[in-house]
Amino acid sequence: MTQAVEVTALRKEFLRRDGRRLRRRRVAALKDVSLTIERGECVAILGQNGSGKSTLVRLLSTLLLHDGGSARVFGHDVFADPRAVRRLVNRVSVEAAFFKKMSSAENLAYAARFYGMTPRETSGRIPEILERVGFPTDRRGESMENLSRGMQQKVALARALLTAPVLLLLDEPTTGLDPRSKLEVQEFIREMRRTHDATVLLCTHDLSEAELLADRIGILDRGELLCLDTPEAVKRRYRAATLEEAFLAATGRAFEEEEDDEEADDD
Amino acid sequence: MRGAASTLRAELVGLAGVVERNVYLVKRYIWWDLAFFVWTVANTLTIVFIAEGVEAAGGQIDVERTTTILLIGAVIWAYLGIIFEVLTETVAWERWEGTIEYTFMAPLTRPMHLAGMGLFAIGYGLVRAVLLFGVVAAFFDLEMPQASFAAALVVLTIASISFVGIGMMTAVLPLISPEKGTQLGFVAQGILLVVSGVYYPVSVLPEWMQWLAVVSPATYALEGTRDAILEGAGLAELWDEIWPLLVIGAISIPVGLEVFRRGERYAKRHGKLKRSG
Repeated sequence: MTQAVEVTALRKEFLRRDGRRLRRRRVAALKDVSLTIERGECVAILGQNGSGKSTLVRLLSTLLLHDGGSARVFGHDVFADPRAVRRLVNRVSVEAAFFKKMSSAENLAYAARFYGMTPRETSGRIPEILERVGFPTDRRGESMENLSRGMQQKVALARALLTAPVLLLLDEPTTGLDPRSKLEVQEFIREMRRTHDATVLLCTHDLSEAELLADRIGILDRGELLCLDTPEAVKRRYRAATLEEAFLAATGRAFEEEEDDEEADDD
Repeated sequence: MRGAASTLRAELVGLAGVVERNVYLVKRYIWWDLAFFVWTVANTLTIVFIAEGVEAAGGQIDVERTTTILLIGAVIWAYLGIIFEVLTETVAWERWEGTIEYTFMAPLTRPMHLAGMGLFAIGYGLVRAVLLFGVVAAFFDLEMPQASFAAALVVLTIASISFVGIGMMTAVLPLISPEKGTQLGFVAQGILLVVSGVYYPVSVLPEWMQWLAVVSPATYALEGTRDAILEGAGLAELWDEIWPLLVIGAISIPVGLEVFRRGERYAKRHGKLKRSG
């Protein structure tokens, strides 16, 4: 059976300027990462800022070109056949990016058109999906700039789900949300898996969220995938009582310590 | 066959979606648009008053005719500005809002995406150009008894194909330089018009600039609209301007798409899509 995601020795480098020197060095954001995700599975990738999580998501979203290795989504080569992959994938990232002057309904309509959904199809589907993510339907016409961060993130979830993706890429979807909104988003992700049979790749630095939602957990550190297993197996492997201890044992650093963001070339 | 029809339908829905989004944005920013329109009118007046200024300084000119020539140049300058601005927003605005990654990871092909932007730019630009022309012509009480406005609009619409092709090339600049790319679009607009005889005949330019005028679509757009408005030339008489516009359009669109494709690949290779600003 075809796997949902099959990544083999995937490599991505960016150019970075060294201080005042004119020469630029190549910095590896992903170093020969290999992983597979089964259909319907939820895999969480843990890592600090700059560990390569967002680079992995962007590569699978066809937003970056790779420097080596391969990636396939439901059998389609991400780099040779990006259009086929785009029909299957959608994404929620930490920033709920929208046209801020437009309403949630207008933003969703715009996103849906790019996936070939006509006004007739979206006129019923948008209110339905907004209601499903717990967005008050009477605020559909309000500009996005008037909505709270939690509300905006719900619209971001609705945008991702509107196109019925079979692979959902979640890049820190609950970062910066209040506890209640965070729980609502997490519950929604679980519901998506139950009702929609979606495969989920969750990149996060929220350890409890990873443990709560994921079937398997990977630790990505400085572009290297150090392990990928069930939460219990990860803890056993590093002889740790908690995921935080496991992370510390795997990387040699506490989870809160941050790396530089390596995910774009310097100009 | 059925698959191809379904793909084509999805592409056309996407194209219409781009136009729809731009209409939403115009509605949301309507007061700003009005303010910019007032600025464009003021800017056009500063140019068009030159004709009366020359006469007041003792120059022997046909004021009505020179005023109309200056007005046509200023309106085409403003129109070209709108085309380039809308196409540059394909990247610049989405980057500023942070939506660019969601747009670029969607299955709509880039040619259809850009075609949607181009279509909106032409429609919106023509409305603004007609309003600008009408307001300033009324201000100076220009009569233009022979004018063939329909023929002028047709020439401008055909020229728009080339303008959109060149606009696609400038649209890629914010991908390469988020900070300065948009301003480089203005440079392209200025160069295109200066070699095309925006307020003067091309014959007054140095020879090397006249060579550039031959391949500039703005040259034929300016000549065609002047002939239609000042001499009342019909489409048959404007064929000498129309066919070069069709040829340049047929070349500039594929070249524009290829330039944009390369720019997008560059941005994807170097991780430049995600940055805002």
